[in-house]
Amino acid sequence: MDATDLARWQFAITTVYHFLFVPVTIGLSFVVAVFHSAWVRTANPDWLRLAKFFGKLFTINFALGLVTGLVQEFQFGMNWSDYSRFVGDIFGAPLAIEALLAFFLESTFLGLWIFGWGRIPQRLHAATMWIVHVGTLLSAYFILAANSFMQHPVGYRFNPATGRAELTDFWAVLTNKVQLVTFPHIAFSAYMVGGAVVMGVALHLMRREARRRSEPEATDRDAAGSDVSLYRRATRLGAALTLVAGLGVAATGDIQGKIMTEVQPMKMAAAEALYETSPAGVGAPFSVLTIGSLDGQRATPLIEVPRLLSFLATGSFTGEVRGITDLKAEYAARYGASGNPLTADRETAYVPNIPTTYWTFRLMIGAGVAAAAIAAAVLWLTRKGRAPTARWLLYAAVAAPLLPVFGNSFGWIFTEVGRQPWLVFGLMTTATGVSPSVSVGEVITSMVVYTLLYGALAVVEVKLFLTYVRRGAEPFEAPKEPSDLDEDAPLVFAY
Amino acid sequence: MDLPTLWFVLLAVLWTGYLVLEGFDFGVGMLFPVLGGRAFAADAQDAEKRRRVLLNTIGPVWDGNEVWVITAGGATFAAFPHWYATMFSGFYLPLLLILVALILRNLGIDYRHKRPEQAWKGRWDKAIFWGSLAPAFLWGVALTNVVRGVPIDARKEFTGNLFTLLGPVGLLGGLVFVALFLTHGAIFVALKTDGPVRADARRVAALTGTVALALAGALLLVLGLGQGKPASWATSAVAALAFAAALLANARGREGWAFTGTAVTIASSVATYFLLLYPNVMPSTISPAYNLTIDNAASTSYTLTVMSIVAAVFTPVVVLYQGWTYWVFRKRLTAQHIPEDVHLQAAAR
Ligand code: HDD
Ligand code: HEM
Ligand code: HEM
Repeated sequence: MDATDLARWQFAITTVYHFLFVPVTIGLSFVVAVFHSAWVRTANPDWLRLAKFFGKLFTINFALGLVTGLVQEFQFGMNWSDYSRFVGDIFGAPLAIEALLAFFLESTFLGLWIFGWGRIPQRLHAATMWIVHVGTLLSAYFILAANSFMQHPVGYRFNPATGRAELTDFWAVLTNKVQLVTFPHIAFSAYMVGGAVVMGVALHLMRREARRRSEPEATDRDAAGSDVSLYRRATRLGAALTLVAGLGVAATGDIQGKIMTEVQPMKMAAAEALYETSPAGVGAPFSVLTIGSLDGQRATPLIEVPRLLSFLATGSFTGEVRGITDLKAEYAARYGASGNPLTADRETAYVPNIPTTYWTFRLMIGAGVAAAAIAAAVLWLTRKGRAPTARWLLYAAVAAPLLPVFGNSFGWIFTEVGRQPWLVFGLMTTATGVSPSVSVGEVITSMVVYTLLYGALAVVEVKLFLTYVRRGAEPFEAPKEPSDLDEDAPLVFAY
Repeated sequence: MDLPTLWFVLLAVLWTGYLVLEGFDFGVGMLFPVLGGRAFAADAQDAEKRRRVLLNTIGPVWDGNEVWVITAGGATFAAFPHWYATMFSGFYLPLLLILVALILRNLGIDYRHKRPEQAWKGRWDKAIFWGSLAPAFLWGVALTNVVRGVPIDARKEFTGNLFTLLGPVGLLGGLVFVALFLTHGAIFVALKTDGPVRADARRVAALTGTVALALAGALLLVLGLGQGKPASWATSAVAALAFAAALLANARGREGWAFTGTAVTIASSVATYFLLLYPNVMPSTISPAYNLTIDNAASTSYTLTVMSIVAAVFTPVVVLYQGWTYWVFRKRLTAQHIPEDVHLQAAAR
């Protein structure tokens, strides 16, 4: 393995890890803001209890999102210095603006939210969480603008004198057509994650409380199970959010498919392992499951949906979908002969890793569909005041949040692997972007360090998260306004 | 001023923001085992209370303070891509260490109070201490090396290794940062607390301040004699005077002035570093022809224009709302403000 492979693995591991926490941050900040505002509006204590409870889970998750994000910010320069030189003129701007616009908002106002009890008026306090949420969305917008540039470069020109890509139109970068569908797709998938986390956690607690109430030795049944309705309400809200956001994910994903076919036709062909072009008027099928080698020789689709691929790719059930063999020849003719040393023909021959793209595409969609199905089932089972306690609901409660989280991972692995061998599509290959001055030993060191550290942190975080889930929502305590606070009394919240 | 020079100045501003703000966070972290340890605390219970007082002085603000370095990194990437590329790939292992340290420290601050066990807290206390000490030292080493110059070849690549950076001046730079942040942090604690912690913090500041004054004086002298110019001598003098004034104010119990003094010290030290650098951003020790300069490392003027507009609009907004946060949490903390451990409450229920 050379430094390039190592740097790629390192990027993949650290980014996928970062993105386990990102959608939870985006999704939960929204839900907590909703709960907190609902309390300000209705004065119903349940809302405040839920806001504080999920707020705690949110902060546990946010801490890891933050520290893993730091690694990402430095990594471009550390491992991908030639890439940074080549696109810094374009790529650095959204990154810097993200920090200035979004990270400052998120971190400052989260500090205010966490410590603000009794310090700032309740309306303002609820607003701080909304500001945090806006911060997460802004952050997503700018980083995705940078990523979309790599998928589909726009608003730049290649300057032969400096050998760099240079920005000519920042607005074009921010309104890249890939970006305009990627952002809503990501936002919806994050809401899906947020909804599913709330649903899963609350479902577990609702079930627990309902069982406590029905236990024979429960002396005071109502007191023991008094929180059933609280968690039932959260369960249903989470499920509803999961379902609605799931629809949004599917709708935007569908548009993404068409745009992807237009700007990176090879990625769509790779998603289906489609080797031979399916001509117009025929309608390419979408295979749900395939056995065989996916190398175009012995693949045997087990389940196929006729014409679906054509629809996904073109919006018409009989549209033409170009195959890998044709595209390979076309890419080779276009980029191999372009004279740009950063794009010269390589052994990879412009075909990404087909099994990876094929399976991750299916797993992404499958995970989302499964999560939405659980959400629908939960909504049905909890209708009209029901609080079911069946054992399988426990498995559903665990699976529900994990499915969309991993759906997000699969989506990214698909998107990024499907772009290979390009780092910036059509402009620069991945192998030319890596830092020349960094030794294999250094990359191995950092790789080992990150892997061990991230592994340990995952254990710590999951245990802590579960401890706080088990503890459940704290009893209601009316928050004080700053005006009636005793200056010498203990802080309402302190580390 | 042309755009690249403007961005050179803005980067100095961002680094100033970072080192002034996170400087006292680092100081507080490094003081954990001192002000919250055997040296000053009456017993284990008192030590725990003191640690919690210390942590809560930075609790609501440390994360916002850290964003200054993310912004500085991003702005370097955007405004001087070659600087970002050469420095971050060249200083690979120190940056890795800084990242690991920041990861552990941040999690320590966030997670320490989340479980009642002493073992849990003790482990995160170590993370907070080492995670504050290591970046303070390593940023000192790294930035001092940038000013002094490192081996950079014709391809703008760093050709040294870790030991290139660990020369005597680099190490001195690291020590200066540590001593300076210890003092800055102790004065911040004195400013933000009351009672015994406040008095103890002032004593610590007097002690570390004397060390810092000697070390920093030596460093500014070495750097100045090597590559000094009138302007950098002037800012060095301001740094020294402000620091002396800070120590004086500290001795008199005027913590607000003392803190202003150390903040001015850090700001004028950053100014000195940038003045020593100018017009380079990263000089080469191999040949002056390979120096990374403000001009040959910069982005195009279009990019810089876009960035300037964004920075001009949003930096004041950030400063305003961060300032407001400090105002909201302006009250001094004492042991009586620290609530009982939530876990004990939960157990009692
Ligand atoms: C779609 C959204 C998205 C994507 C693709 C990424 N991030 Fe991220 N990032 C966030 C959305 C986000 C967030 C939701 O805004 C986070 C999660 C936790 C947090 O602090 O904000 C965050 C945190 C976060 C932080 C810490 C912020 C703080 O201190 O408050 C940094 C430095 C980065 N990210 C940088 C990156 C880089 C360089 C990425 C590219 C590889 C990246 N992120 C991918
Ligand atoms: C947060 C979600 C993201 C995930 C999960 C993700 C995932 C991945 C994966 C799996 C790879 C490895 C692909 C391969 O080696 O075949 C990769 C590569 C890469 N991605 Fe992403 N990515 C994400 C976001 C981004 C963003 C937002 C950017 C840019 C701003 C980006 C830039 C890169 C770069 C520079 C590489 C390295 C070269 C390579 O393709 O191997 N990624 N990413
Ligand atoms: C009907 C369902 C879905 C369709 C048709 C779909 C389609 C797509 C397509 C075509 C891409 C690639 C975009 C590109 O390369 O430019 C993509 C990426 C992605 N998908 Fe989906 N998707 C679906 C469901 C989901 C679900 C359920 C999730 C997670 C909960 C998800 C998360 C992601 C993520 C994180 C990415 C990578 C980032 C991006 O480019 O947007 N997707 N999706």
